[in-house]
Amino acid sequence: MAVTRMFGASVKRREDARMMTGRAHYTDDVRRNHTVHMSVVRSPYAHANITNIDSSEAAQMPGVVGVFTGADLVDDVAPVPCAWLLPDCNLKVPEYRAIAVDKARFVGDPVAVVIAEDRYQAEDAADAVKVSYEPLDVVTNQEAAVKDGAPQLYDDVPNNLAFQWKLSGGNFEEANQSADIRISQRFVNQRLIPNAMETRGVLADYNPGSGSLEVWLTSQNPHIHRLLLSAVTGIPEMNIRVDSTDVGGGFGSKIPLYGGEMIACGIAKKLGKPVKWMESRRENYVTTAHGRDHIDYVDLAATSDGKITGIRVEAYANHGAYLSTAAPGVPTWLFGTMLSGPYKIPNIECTMNGVLTNTTTTDAYRGAGRPEATYLLERMMDLLAKETGLDPVEVRRRNFIQPDEFPYTVATTLQYDSGNYDAALDQALEMVGYEELRKKQEDLRSQGRYLGIGFSTYVEVCGLAPSSAAGMMGFQGGLWESATVRVHPSGKATVLTGASPHGQGEETTFAQLVSHETGIPFHDIEIVHGDTDRIPFGWGTYGSRSTAVGGSAIVYASRNIVEKAKRFAAHMLESSPEDIDFNDGVFSVKGSPERSKTIQDVALAAHLAWDLPEGEKPGLEDSYFFDPTNFTFPFGTHICVVEVDAETGTTEVQKYVAVDDLGNVINPMIVDGQVHGGIAQGLAQALYEYAAYDEGGQLLTGSMMDYCVPKFEHIPHMDVGRTVTTTPVNPMGLKGAGETGTIASTPAVVNAIIDALSPLGIKHMDMPFTPQRVWEAIQERKGS
Amino acid sequence: MYPAEFDYHRPESVSDAIKLLQENPEAKLLAGGHSLLPVMKLRLAQPSALVDISRISDLKGVREDGDTIVIGAMTTYSELMGSDVIKQKLPCLIDAADNVGDVQVRNMGTIGGACAHCDPASDFPAILLALESEIKSVGPNGERTQSSSEFFMDMFTPKLEPDEVVTEIRIPNVSNIAKATYIKFAHPASGYAIVGIGAVRTNDGNVQLSVTGSVPIAARLSAVESEISGKDLSDDNIKAAAEKATEGLDFVGDIHASDEYRAHLTKVYARRALESLK
Repeated sequence: MAVTRMFGASVKRREDARMMTGRAHYTDDVRRNHTVHMSVVRSPYAHANITNIDSSEAAQMPGVVGVFTGADLVDDVAPVPCAWLLPDCNLKVPEYRAIAVDKARFVGDPVAVVIAEDRYQAEDAADAVKVSYEPLDVVTNQEAAVKDGAPQLYDDVPNNLAFQWKLSGGNFEEANQSADIRISQRFVNQRLIPNAMETRGVLADYNPGSGSLEVWLTSQNPHIHRLLLSAVTGIPEMNIRVDSTDVGGGFGSKIPLYGGEMIACGIAKKLGKPVKWMESRRENYVTTAHGRDHIDYVDLAATSDGKITGIRVEAYANHGAYLSTAAPGVPTWLFGTMLSGPYKIPNIECTMNGVLTNTTTTDAYRGAGRPEATYLLERMMDLLAKETGLDPVEVRRRNFIQPDEFPYTVATTLQYDSGNYDAALDQALEMVGYEELRKKQEDLRSQGRYLGIGFSTYVEVCGLAPSSAAGMMGFQGGLWESATVRVHPSGKATVLTGASPHGQGEETTFAQLVSHETGIPFHDIEIVHGDTDRIPFGWGTYGSRSTAVGGSAIVYASRNIVEKAKRFAAHMLESSPEDIDFNDGVFSVKGSPERSKTIQDVALAAHLAWDLPEGEKPGLEDSYFFDPTNFTFPFGTHICVVEVDAETGTTEVQKYVAVDDLGNVINPMIVDGQVHGGIAQGLAQALYEYAAYDEGGQLLTGSMMDYCVPKFEHIPHMDVGRTVTTTPVNPMGLKGAGETGTIASTPAVVNAIIDALSPLGIKHMDMPFTPQRVWEAIQERKGS
Repeated sequence: MYPAEFDYHRPESVSDAIKLLQENPEAKLLAGGHSLLPVMKLRLAQPSALVDISRISDLKGVREDGDTIVIGAMTTYSELMGSDVIKQKLPCLIDAADNVGDVQVRNMGTIGGACAHCDPASDFPAILLALESEIKSVGPNGERTQSSSEFFMDMFTPKLEPDEVVTEIRIPNVSNIAKATYIKFAHPASGYAIVGIGAVRTNDGNVQLSVTGSVPIAARLSAVESEISGKDLSDDNIKAAAEKATEGLDFVGDIHASDEYRAHLTKVYARRALESLK
């Protein structure tokens, strides 16, 4: 391995220069001649039969090129695909039309689209499309939706139940019968709305002469989208180019393929003109997939000394009106398998009901399933601590999987790669000054003040995933990753990666990796991603997989480059490869360091090919396809300290400590950023964010005026620390950093607030902890 | 997020603006636009024309007129915060301005625009009421000056004719102000006041208190005022006075904060405001 210091260096993000000076090419920045613009007519009803659509007036308006209804496009665009087909759970995938035909099933469901020469004309004409509806009864809550007599979204999905998924290990019933302690609690993990800086959008340009379709798309996984677009439009995959080089955030919401993007492609083909559609922020709130929305009934069995013997979860996930691309996998495999957390729990049982309601679809949202599992488990740990009288730290320690027990197979069958949970907990306790804090808490309580300390000792699953696991879970794709490292004659390199960063900074991290491996200077390495015409193939960015999986492919390709270059260097130095040392981009003869060639010298020689070594081919390029043998399991301890103002119900976060173990870290600054952002997002769920529907299915929190994405003033200072336990799963020994903050922070904040309020006898409250909700709870207790 | 079509006018003078309003009955004045433009983008408002008065120089700036401070209606929050006169003599307006929106909003939004909009959760009506300010406007029939309590009639309803333009906000008797402040419990998403309290103590022992956000339109807390005025600002007196903060008022509620919670917060913030007048 080359000895440079790029691995582990806080190199500044190279992508920022273009992003912060307005020189990135987001979808809306792309211009094509003769582009026409799309506006979508959306259902104002959450559930209604569409009885008539009169577009005659709209069609005559200035600039209007065409008006299309769902029925008009049935033959051009196939239904929106669901790509996570859960086996063995009676999965029903209802027909999900890109534009509703006959029936609208949520507020915002597309009913028609208008194409016009500019967006304003398109919007004016969309207003003039007259749609007649026959409103139907509405159901928005998943528990209500499965009850007999609830409004039915589909004739062929009885009780709106899309699937019932079960997973079990051991025997919970037995454990529960012999338990000293049984705790039951219902948790609401509220619905959240992703807010990427860039809303969704598409520019689809079809060339009738060549039969090819170019698509600029806000995508986290352009190759998956190319494959799906090919399936729904009938245009062969090799004739479609999807370009998602610059994407302004996703948080999971740009994994699915959506109707709007499909329609634009279908109409571009029909008209032979480029069609652009950028979602407005308003549309973003009602049509881009939401996240979370679970109701979880949890039973925990334990011994009197605080050892958990079993956990059972019976849960209801609200999928909205249709099954979005990856939706069925999120509350099942990404949730149920993680119910052991960092603890030894021999008996686990999970039943997940996937429910359809008259709401916006839900799908993966940063953490995707794992925050839900971690939240209920960490809340249950605190309830167990209360029940046993143990300190929440102690009850966790008593159940931790021990460092010498790895690899450890949990009852849900996952095999954890490596871990040292006590070490992270110890460091966090020291950073926060735990003993002092408990004393301070006691003092303040005697003054009638409410200080609380909350823990979250989490483990999560990253680096998705071995492709065989994907197949077993019903995910309709592989989860390996590809990389091509191409060294040019000048010795500079282009790297093609199948990962598709959209804000995470991998143009920097990956260049560090290649520089580390090959000795080629960081600035001589270009990272290319997001363009299906340049990248051989990729499964994209989600599940904290880009570096753990995509980075591994890059490392192995780089190592193959170095091996080939070493053979060339040996030939050039009239030596043999075994006698060549490689250091920092320089090949030298062992014992005679003055006899050397740089990797740049070799690159030129390999391209000139005037004098090839025996049996070698010209050029210096390698492609590698990496399929991991296992997931990775980052872990850590987050501790949150809050004070609740009982007078107003306001929570002030006084301290936040995060100690994460992500294995090795390539760029600590970028990882800190991921951790900070993740914590902000998870804390927002605890304190600020919630999607609210009224009984008629109208989204009440449909704008940034109502839905609180935290601002800078809402985010506390965070002290971030790390322990390092490497993983054997990939050559870098790293685990993934994209989601830990979000997964860990929500329960830490909630546990802190409940701890603060515990003198009032409060054991549990559901999120979010808005001041009014907290104030009301306090009033109730004080009154009683 | 794409407004319907409208004409745009940028008159050079107030009289030209009035003329344009008379010629275009469906027109709206544009005085910063951070409330109007969002509703136009949602197509909840579709004015035929916008008459942009934000650059009329006669309507800008802060000046002193004897013991009265005069703020031009098109003075932005940022300009107000930068004014030396305000910094020295009415820092409570900086407290209030600092609470408005974000930097972009403060750079565009104007004091006169906020007054004429009469948003029930707006910050300035509360502090202007507590300061017993006057609002001057000009219409086809000449100018008039009204007290702020007359002017802020109802939710989104100022006492203003459709062809009338707010020109000045006048704060009288500035030398009699001993202490003044504006404090706010903001909605975390919108930044608007769930409760905002403007508070003034005068040299002659009067206390003037007003509320915004929790009520349909900014209002004086007269029960609190009469309880505390002339008395020591002792903890007990303040507590007793703040308890009266809800007297005679109707409270509003929504999904973010119920009327009951807002009424409670009004008492808490009235007390906190009084404490800061000490």
